[in-house]
Amino acid sequence: MLVSLKWLQQYVNVDADPQEIAHALTMAGLEVEGVHDRFAHLQKVVVGEILSAEPVKKSDHLQVCQVNAGGQTLQVVCGAPNARAGLKAPLALQGAEFPDGMVISKGKLMGQVSEGMLCSAKELEIGANAGGIMELDDSLTPGQNLAEALILSDTIFELGITPNRSDCLSMIGVARELAAIYGVEMTLPDASLPEEGGAVEDVTAVEILAPDHCPRYAARVIKGIKIGPSPDWLAQALLAIGIRPISNIVDVTNYVMMETGQPLHAFDYDLLEEGRIVVRLAAKGEKFTTLDSKENELEDDMLMICDGKKAVALAGVMGGLNSEINDGTTNVLIESAHFSPMSVRKTAKRLGYHTEASHRFERGTDHEGVLFAAQRAAQLMLQTAGGVCAKGAVDAHPVTVEKTEITLSASRTNEILGTDIPFGQIVKYLESVNMEVTPIDQDAMKVLAPVYRVDVSRPEDLMEEVARLFGYDNIPTTWPAATMEIHPSDPIRDFGLKLRTSLGGQGFREAINYSFVGADTPQRLMLAESDKRTRTLPILNPLTEDQAVMRTSLLPGLFASVAVNINYQNKDLALFEIGKTFIAEKGRELPTEIECLCLVLSGAATAPSWQGKAVRTDFFEMKGCCEALMADFHIENAEYSRIEDDSAPYLVKGQCAQIVCQGQRVGVLGKVKPEVLKKFEVKQDVFVAEFDAAALLAAVPDALTYQAPPRFPATDRDITIVLDKKVEAEAVLAHVRKMDQEWIRALEIVAVYEGEPVPEGKKSLSFRITYRSDSTTLQDKEVNEVHERIGKELMEAFGAA
Amino acid sequence: MKTQIQELRTQALADIESAGDAKAIDELNIRYLGRKGLVNDLMKGMAKVPADEKPLIGRLANELKNDLQDAFAKAVEKFGSGKEAGDVVDVTLPGRPRKVGGLHPLTTINLEICDIFTRLGFDIAQGPEVELDYYNFEALNFPKDHPARDMQDTFFVSDNVVLRTHTSPMQVRTMEKQKPPVRVIAPGKVYRCDSDITHTPMFAQVEGLVVDKGISFADLKGVLTTLVHQIFDDKTPLRFRPSFFPFTEPSAEVDIGCVMCKGSGCRVCSHTGWLEILGSGMVHPRVFEFVGYDTSEISGFAFGMGVERIAMLKYGIDDIRKYYENDVRFLNQF
Ligand SMILES: [Zn+2]
Repeated sequence: MLVSLKWLQQYVNVDADPQEIAHALTMAGLEVEGVHDRFAHLQKVVVGEILSAEPVKKSDHLQVCQVNAGGQTLQVVCGAPNARAGLKAPLALQGAEFPDGMVISKGKLMGQVSEGMLCSAKELEIGANAGGIMELDDSLTPGQNLAEALILSDTIFELGITPNRSDCLSMIGVARELAAIYGVEMTLPDASLPEEGGAVEDVTAVEILAPDHCPRYAARVIKGIKIGPSPDWLAQALLAIGIRPISNIVDVTNYVMMETGQPLHAFDYDLLEEGRIVVRLAAKGEKFTTLDSKENELEDDMLMICDGKKAVALAGVMGGLNSEINDGTTNVLIESAHFSPMSVRKTAKRLGYHTEASHRFERGTDHEGVLFAAQRAAQLMLQTAGGVCAKGAVDAHPVTVEKTEITLSASRTNEILGTDIPFGQIVKYLESVNMEVTPIDQDAMKVLAPVYRVDVSRPEDLMEEVARLFGYDNIPTTWPAATMEIHPSDPIRDFGLKLRTSLGGQGFREAINYSFVGADTPQRLMLAESDKRTRTLPILNPLTEDQAVMRTSLLPGLFASVAVNINYQNKDLALFEIGKTFIAEKGRELPTEIECLCLVLSGAATAPSWQGKAVRTDFFEMKGCCEALMADFHIENAEYSRIEDDSAPYLVKGQCAQIVCQGQRVGVLGKVKPEVLKKFEVKQDVFVAEFDAAALLAAVPDALTYQAPPRFPATDRDITIVLDKKVEAEAVLAHVRKMDQEWIRALEIVAVYEGEPVPEGKKSLSFRITYRSDSTTLQDKEVNEVHERIGKELMEAFGAA
Repeated sequence: MKTQIQELRTQALADIESAGDAKAIDELNIRYLGRKGLVNDLMKGMAKVPADEKPLIGRLANELKNDLQDAFAKAVEKFGSGKEAGDVVDVTLPGRPRKVGGLHPLTTINLEICDIFTRLGFDIAQGPEVELDYYNFEALNFPKDHPARDMQDTFFVSDNVVLRTHTSPMQVRTMEKQKPPVRVIAPGKVYRCDSDITHTPMFAQVEGLVVDKGISFADLKGVLTTLVHQIFDDKTPLRFRPSFFPFTEPSAEVDIGCVMCKGSGCRVCSHTGWLEILGSGMVHPRVFEFVGYDTSEISGFAFGMGVERIAMLKYGIDDIRKYYENDVRFLNQF
């Protein structure tokens, strides 16, 4: 909200410079987000004196004026009918910047050079008059800065008012705060007015049929007004805080709303059938056209303002097109009401409105300020539009709002704040913000808060008042008295940290992607219908289509990361992500959240250097990473096997494996199908490994037990066999392991070879067997015996040679 | 055999004695101790030694080997190794490339913050990211149809389920399970439907809660001052100013002196010299009532901060969207 210092000064006189006031407001809880000079745009506007004005040939309205700008004479082409020799008017010089962004520069109009611009009050935003250039007082000196000449100075504060402080959504509200902060008196505007018409009851009546939604509704009637532009003071006041003047009647309603915080509405009285107001709920499906020409379909809990026959306003949100003030309006009914915040909020939200009025009603308005605002508006309408005001106001208030009584303990206040503020000082602080305080005993007091303080209902609310007036800066800085206790830490979080460290050490970079993805990602991953990862959780109001559902896999995000990096020419990638995936569950409100780990490799595994060419990453690079990860966590029993089901349809069938620990699948790895990558706009091979963090954690041994290094030496023997190409290495190794469990300590593949001289359809497989005994040094002879036996048996089992 | 050992010893020691330079020593070393050297030749004869003499001969052969190794070592000390002299590499050539990985900057900062609090004796709690309205709003004193809900642009999954807009639901979930005292922080991802140069629809937050007997606003100031001094440095000025959060009363926004311009005013701090960094306040009694705590007995404070913002200030990152793009040229800098 914008606040004008000049406007505030009508109610409160604070002797401080604007920056100091801004700081004081911020520290009292009304955050000042900006401080602006209201007339900054007038820096290059001076008083000009028109020396001569000659019509431009072939133009019906343009004149060439010679203008005395003080010390120099400028030629200005002007289209205003009132430009004439001898007139003093505002002259915008080259470089002057207007509030609408227009910058004055030297130019030509109809062949005539123009070196500046003569301006109207409206163009300069210092008045409403747009009918010609502004006529300045003859006593002003040409060349003088216009703002100085007219004594225009004001500071605009940009306030960020928190939703609880609706009482500060007005000039009077902010002035009240300033008065409390600086300990000065404030004056409310005098709203007295002549009431020369008949009794208001003779011309209108108000009937409230929905008192829950409308606790109070006041109306005043003025007859015989004349619609026209607002006087300069009114137009300027509104312009200063960013509101465009429209006409005197509308401007007054806006002015009084900004002054008091009470939203007002003015109806054309003659358009109200039967000349009366009925406040009722809408009928479901009822149609109503607001003054923005939008037709709204209503619900049966929306509050409507009606006349004797029809709806005329959407209560607290916007008036209707059918009863709007127009150029021909002569009689006006002023509405000043208190609507239920909840009611207005629901209606505004559902119909998509957020107006100055609804903003205030939603946050809570002053039940007791209704009559004053109506009277103030009537007073200013009479002043600016003439007319005769009916005597009194109709004031329907079926519900009265009582002040809440709160008991506050001074000692508890000090306990909570950590302060030592004396009882009397607490009373003083509360009274400075218009609370009625009655001491009960030496510690307790009874406090009545003004009705406009809708945010104050409990002792803690009063403690906040005391704290902010005492000054947060003055509250000491202490340590809490600590009670020692320890609770178990979250194992999945701890594991996540260890995984991150391990993978970082392996050369992987951690990525973090958004948790939402496009709704079509399960299809892009070619997931089977039965796959739980097709059970996405949709977001009702996503920002974009590619953030429409919660992710069920980390792959789409990482594919996007790979694509982005390739675009940036970062082609050799090792990334990982740890994060949650979300699986929607039928019949349950919340999805299952699964902590997952995903690794991706793409491009070169070893970067090219003077020592050698790049080594492309492949299946075994990724498998090596998985094995290293397992080794880091002492998972010794991981088995890698072909995936036979359809659980990884996005991986190349021949180049993917599942990782199983103690019968439980902890992850899968493999090469991503190029057609899948294409759907994610990735243009090079990608290898992935995916893990379920909880399953992987389950495979980690609970405790480690030290084993002494072997005392007796080991002996290695190599063996090479030729066997059917389709036989997997693990089948051979498993067979060997079974043959001798006493001495075989390790099996290591040394070479795999296909091609000459190995026959077609066969491969040669060389592996090394490490033999060792725990009780003696093995003799060559005994080892040879076992080794030969193994060779023979393999021949038989695999037809190997 | 015994004599052969003795002769070889005498010959070898004499040769070493008479050798004039490193090169000669190197050659002798190969001649005697090399894989096909004289000592190994001699050892091959061991097979023919009668069994009862084996232990003695074995010992002598070993002694010979050891003595010669010592003698060569001494000689090398005297002349320097000839091998080394010719063993020259261009030390300015780069080493064999290794991959260097590491943590995302948000993880790093997150851990740094968690570390500060664990040192202070806080627990760390994590919870669901898709959350019930009750935990995200209702029990934190954001009633339905209240304008306070406008403070957080919410992603909805259903009428009753949202993507959590803050990690504060963990305050309620923790207090439901645990009686006071409570000292906990909740780091995690949160979601708001907002996206521009200073907002991403997902971001990281760390929230904290302290509940015990006699906890005061002054204590809140103490803990948060420590936090800021640990994250930045202990000369960073702080300012607490009144604000509004539905689940705290009194509430305070915490500003720190701009770390970019040291308070003189710059673009980052919108020329105010201050940066908003934390929201905080004394836990609202309504929240305690929701979890069944006795408000006359205990009190507490809560606070929350955005991890991205802190990382931005620490590292001078100017666009929040960089965090979620995963450009390795960005990631590699941390
Ligand atoms: Zn700065």
